[in-house]
Amino acid sequence: MINWADFGKVFIATVVAAVLLVTLFSVGVIGLSQQTTAREKGGSGTAPFAAAVICFAACVAIVGYGIYLIVAK
Amino acid sequence: MHVPLIVYVVVITALAFDFTNGFHDTANAMATSIATGALKPKVAVSISGVLNVLGAFLSVKVASTISSGIVDESKFQVSSGPYIVFGALVGAIVWNLLTWFLGLPSSSSHALFGGLIGATWIAVGGSAVHFGTLLDKVIIPALFSPLVAGLAAVAATYLAYTINRRTKPETVTRGFRAGQTVSASLVSLAHGTNDAQKTMGVITLTFIVAGIQPKGSSPFWWVILCCGLAIGTGTYLGGWRIIRTLGKGITDVESPQGFAAETSAAAAILASSHLGFALSTTQVCSGAVIGSGVGKRLAKVRWNTAGRMALAWLFTLPAAAVVGAGAGKLAAGGAFGTIIVAVVAVAVAVGVYLAARRNPVTADNVNDPGPAATLLPATAGV
Repeated sequence: MINWADFGKVFIATVVAAVLLVTLFSVGVIGLSQQTTAREKGGSGTAPFAAAVICFAACVAIVGYGIYLIVAK
Repeated sequence: MHVPLIVYVVVITALAFDFTNGFHDTANAMATSIATGALKPKVAVSISGVLNVLGAFLSVKVASTISSGIVDESKFQVSSGPYIVFGALVGAIVWNLLTWFLGLPSSSSHALFGGLIGATWIAVGGSAVHFGTLLDKVIIPALFSPLVAGLAAVAATYLAYTINRRTKPETVTRGFRAGQTVSASLVSLAHGTNDAQKTMGVITLTFIVAGIQPKGSSPFWWVILCCGLAIGTGTYLGGWRIIRTLGKGITDVESPQGFAAETSAAAAILASSHLGFALSTTQVCSGAVIGSGVGKRLAKVRWNTAGRMALAWLFTLPAAAVVGAGAGKLAAGGAFGTIIVAVVAVAVAVGVYLAARRNPVTADNVNDPGPAATLLPATAGV
């Protein structure tokens, strides 16, 4: 019969992973955008750039875990 | 040792199936990247092709079962097994070609399962088909796959637009396009590790049944190589008709939607293969694209295209089963029957190819609107 527990795990893992990745990436894009804006106004924009780097690094880590799951299967 | 003719025929047919599997499924990974301009069409299919070949080598734990227990392969004999597999492959190939012509993404695994069920039923009997497993492994997942990835994509798309509502549109488009190249590659790699295996399993099972390989052995190196190359070539040639449907037919995908859809699809595929609830790649990806349309405010989802897709999913298994049963039965009648089936299969392939050329979809016009082909003029106005 349907294994609801397994299905639930897959469902939650999928939604959490997708939402987390897209959120991180979106915040990273905001960071890049604010860096550009700050520079146009004569600022350095280091802080938003750093935030963007952290977000994208976290995305890379999640993707790396994904590749690990594919390879180690 | 004497190798029966049918074994050679099965190897060639299996590689042909692998090829159709590749070009049928390029769309899963690459359709939205091509539609949003994140990747140029030719570049997209090249990346996808290479990753599929790579995927074939990455993971070669071929299951001793090709049908996940839906049919009882232990009942296959040297006199019947290869014919069943041949019939199944012909059924799956014919269905894959027809749905490709119509530009409909449908599951290559379901087509193969359908062919196997039909051919086994005729050759061995209904007792060798496990309907409970069929419900668990195919029908229930088919209902849930698009739902899981679809809901994830709705949430992810909504967030992507909400978070970036004050960001400059050009920055958003450029940023998410870059992200898409990675997310699409991940889907391709996951696809390669799963799907090339299926054909390796089919060939290896046939060798085992025919006594060429001992039970439980892994595929020969050249089988792995050929399967990887077959699926990679198929992927590279690109099922442009299906790419158009997924990329342009369901909703007008923008890069944040594409990123959300691909991420959701990749997450669903990885979660399901890791946690053991089998989801269909094709249905996951299609569901994710629909979800990305629902998740964006004011985006239009062409539900009649989605409906045609769902209809194709419904028919995949039974249609492949009927063809598989007929082909398997006829082929088992002797060398003459086998040749007839092979000739008919090739004729169908050539026919579909020629019909497709009258209204070709290529790398150059894949992003034009409009369905690739349609049986009913009434549904053409999507």
